[in-house]
Amino acid sequence: MKKTKEATLANGQSRTDKIIGFITAHKIWFIILAIAAAILLPVIVTSSYYRAIFIKTLIYALLASSLNAINGYSGQFNIGHAGFYCIGAYTYAIIATRWGVNFFVMLPVAGIAAGLAGYIISLPTLRLKGMYLAMVTMGAGEVIRLIAISWRSVTKGNNGISAIPAPSIFGYKLSSLLNYYYIILVLLIIMLFLTYRVINSRIGRAWMSIREDQNASAFLGVEIKRYKSNNFVYGAFWAGIAGCFAAAFFQYIQPELFNFTRSTEILSMVILGGQGTLVGPLLGAFTVSFLTEVLRFSDQFRLIIYAILIILMMWFRPQGLVGAKHSVLAKRLEIKKHKTPAEKKVTR
Amino acid sequence: MSILLEAKQVSKFFGGVKAVNQVDMQIEKGEIFGIIGPNGAGKTTFFNVISGLYTPTSGDIWFKGEKITGLIPEQVAKMGMARTFQNIRLFVNMSVADNIKIGFHTRTKTNFADAFVHSRRYKDDEKFATQKSLELLEEVGLSEYSQYQAGKLAYGTQRKVEIVRALALNPEILLLDEPAAGMNPAETESLMCFVKELNQSGYTVAVIEHDMKFIMNLCDRIMVLDHGTKIAEGLPEEIKDDQNVIEAYFGSKAVI
Repeated sequence: MKKTKEATLANGQSRTDKIIGFITAHKIWFIILAIAAAILLPVIVTSSYYRAIFIKTLIYALLASSLNAINGYSGQFNIGHAGFYCIGAYTYAIIATRWGVNFFVMLPVAGIAAGLAGYIISLPTLRLKGMYLAMVTMGAGEVIRLIAISWRSVTKGNNGISAIPAPSIFGYKLSSLLNYYYIILVLLIIMLFLTYRVINSRIGRAWMSIREDQNASAFLGVEIKRYKSNNFVYGAFWAGIAGCFAAAFFQYIQPELFNFTRSTEILSMVILGGQGTLVGPLLGAFTVSFLTEVLRFSDQFRLIIYAILIILMMWFRPQGLVGAKHSVLAKRLEIKKHKTPAEKKVTR
Repeated sequence: MSILLEAKQVSKFFGGVKAVNQVDMQIEKGEIFGIIGPNGAGKTTFFNVISGLYTPTSGDIWFKGEKITGLIPEQVAKMGMARTFQNIRLFVNMSVADNIKIGFHTRTKTNFADAFVHSRRYKDDEKFATQKSLELLEEVGLSEYSQYQAGKLAYGTQRKVEIVRALALNPEILLLDEPAAGMNPAETESLMCFVKELNQSGYTVAVIEHDMKFIMNLCDRIMVLDHGTKIAEGLPEEIKDDQNVIEAYFGSKAVI
């Protein structure tokens, strides 16, 4: 795939290139526009059905962005992200129902609990790569769910925890859909802002160097273990926050909410949208959530459609919706027209 | 002259294969030290042992008067040893500037909190890494490529970028593993001048190379490995006439 990209670059900019170039040149305006649209959206759309969908979409956007911080930036292949989501949700649900601790106090606590789990899982997996790491994370995600099922005295097992309190501030309950919407929107914006800052720092560059070539980065003095581990913790932390919010929003959680399908759903958003970009996972989350609603009638067939979408994406546009520099069509046509000698060698 | 890097009876066996067998080596500060040998002589393995990728089966490595046997690559890198690879290992999807900024990893200190709030330390670090990487690129005449994706540069340029990235560590010794491999004569020539300039500006260099012209013109001293053992060491002229070396490369004369 690398070679084909080179070939098209030599042939000048494609149309997508120009569009992406235009957007990056006016980045700040697009961000302001997007935030303004996000703020106005629930004001314009007053139907509570749609508002609830928007909130769920934003939860997914937060989850996908947090998974992207791991898979997209340090290249560790985590496919058990629902586990961290689960820990965040149960942390809030258990503590809030028992001791009535405030939601806003619990947000960082839930994040830290999930981050801690992320740290523990990252320890034995530091030596693993690719598929092997993926299998361990998948197992870990399932183990967390099984704990939620089996540890009945605390989690109430398969019955789930109900009557989870809504967020409140100074005694004022924030339980309207509009309140929820703005809370999750703010959380998402904070997450994206902080992540943007991290990836444009020494830490983010260290993550990306590990993604690109772990050995080379070790020889440049990057502490591989520490950075792989803190990357995992960072991603897990935000999944925990998403979990905490989700528990407060749904007011009822049970282990099935955090099964492997959930993990793959989050993963598919990241892959569809484009790993290693901040916008990609958002776009992925919006697309998948939209499809979920549109295809609601088809029930289980929905999953098949996701699968087909991911396969098509991997085939035509492995970089995802954004993050690609060249349009599918242009790339395929260009390759047919001019194959570079290097490329012929590769395909032979 | 003081000894900067020393290998004492270093061996590395893979099962029954003696990839490196009891090799002694002393590299002095300020010199260009060449390591040559036929294919499979154990040169790259020797480099890998020195730089911490492999632990030696026996023997010790000393760097700047400290024993570094058993340290992992990132620790060795921190002590001031930088290396390049036989097959170029740039971070191909990142820009040239970012590649080099990663080289400054050990010399900057930003943590999460700094990055979140853009603290003084973050700003200083970023300024330092950005400026210094531009300076380095300018010195080698590559500043125009700073925003290019590293994987898209010409082969010879990628080699140079890789060396510049290693220089960002501010190393005391630079290990170059076949820097001229796959280069055309003009590129090799320019690389030779480049390494000479680096040496003159104070870097100690150890280089593995197949190109004889390159190594004979460049190195102060040369060590020859064959089947994992050292068969000769000395000045380039001595190596040229050494009977063992000639045999290793061309085989012995037939006795009739």
